[in-house]
Amino acid sequence: MEEKNRKIILDSGKIQTAITKLADDILSKNDDISKIAIVGIQTRGVYLAKRLLKELTAKKNTDIEIPFGILDITLYRDDLGEMGADFPTIKDTSIPFDITAKNIILIDDVLYTGRTIRSALDVLKDYGRPKSIQLAVLIDRGYRELPIQANFIGLSYYTKEQICVELREVDGQDTVYTCN
Amino acid sequence: MPFNRKDLLGLEELEKKEIQTIIDSVKPFKSLFTRSIKKAPALIGKTVVNLFYEPSTRTRTSFEIAAKRLSADVVNIATATSSVVKGESLIDTGKTLEAMKADIIIIRHSLAGTPEILAKNLNASIINAGDGFHEHPTQGLLDLYTIYEKKKKIEGLKILLVGDILHSRVAKSNIWALTKMGAKVRVVGPPTLIPKNIADLGVEIFYDLDKAIKDVDVVNILRIQMERQQENLFPSVHEYVELYQVTSERLANAKSGVLIMHPGPMNRGIEISSSVADSTSAVINEQVTNGIAVRMAVLYLLSAARIKQGKKHVNSN
Repeated sequence: MEEKNRKIILDSGKIQTAITKLADDILSKNDDISKIAIVGIQTRGVYLAKRLLKELTAKKNTDIEIPFGILDITLYRDDLGEMGADFPTIKDTSIPFDITAKNIILIDDVLYTGRTIRSALDVLKDYGRPKSIQLAVLIDRGYRELPIQANFIGLSYYTKEQICVELREVDGQDTVYTCN
Repeated sequence: MPFNRKDLLGLEELEKKEIQTIIDSVKPFKSLFTRSIKKAPALIGKTVVNLFYEPSTRTRTSFEIAAKRLSADVVNIATATSSVVKGESLIDTGKTLEAMKADIIIIRHSLAGTPEILAKNLNASIINAGDGFHEHPTQGLLDLYTIYEKKKKIEGLKILLVGDILHSRVAKSNIWALTKMGAKVRVVGPPTLIPKNIADLGVEIFYDLDKAIKDVDVVNILRIQMERQQENLFPSVHEYVELYQVTSERLANAKSGVLIMHPGPMNRGIEISSSVADSTSAVINEQVTNGIAVRMAVLYLLSAARIKQGKKHVNSN
């Protein structure tokens, strides 16, 4: 898809740098790696989460297997009534470990209104009571509609323009750009 | 492909793609079952009515659990205790429920076509939970999903339906769905219980179970309705058992890894031997579990379609 006003925000190298930065920040705030678990939000948050997981494991040089889950918020949205024809396809949620007492690192690509994260917190609540939930995002584009903030941010880029994230696992290439 | 129907009346009128959409939507709902809290808020504030004109425990309970796990409010109406005994017409009953803001009405009735009449007269979404000998679409879908889950495909599988095809709405819905998805469907039973024109639907008719069972991937055993014996449609239970009971010996001719299915409730020792019912090939309890997930998917997709439909309405104004 070629949009007219396409402006590149992150290229593939900068995406990698951002992920490395996220991993460093997460480790600096979480001394005990055996307590953390990674949960990616469908769809692109899942691929970012997988990359972060790899990065964290490599950096700590550890045999500890960090629990990994994926999460879909569709059944927990507060705006289903306003979706119209763009009704989302429901995807799978799989959190194959007990989240109780874990420090959950929740991962998404873009943080904007905060509503996705609100829904994701509700999903996690139905799985148990983690010790903490920390939010990591590749891009924070500002303009929140709810009092939700990220703990770890790859890049702050405040804009009212829509931001598209493409990842090689799903889109064949790594790039982040404005796509109005 | 999106699912854009107001009602689910039968599998005959669904396109292959629509059936695939439903099947593809089931897994996320099934994932909820392994959580400590098995409920999601997707249908919060919606009202689902179970309107059952025929006795049913498992189907009604399955729909009730499905709706409750999606946070809908559920009302059960058993017609023996309702205004129906006072002579209220079907459409009036439906209109009354609609006036009470029912969003989805699930109906079971002994008369084929009843759900369609309701669907034409009401704005609420109608789900057919079994109408006469016509269809039982959610049972057809849960059978399809169970096969899909176990065999990872439907196309090309040889699937045998055993028993009373004539009076079975489960068989009809199975045949519509399975043939559309590319399975090779066989039916076997006493000639009096197999409608001759069933071959027009693209199924192969057998009267000898040992021949029919050869090389099949799935055996779906229908319940023998005991009351049919009084209609002289089969000579005796003893003879039925001799000729058509699915036993371990008979299953030896099926393909290895054959799946044994039964929509329930089972008559052990009649259409199915106890050893088959309890064997590792039997997925009868999994059918029950999948039934809830499939019904959740159907409730969700119909609700989504209602919202989309409402939007279209708004936009066109």
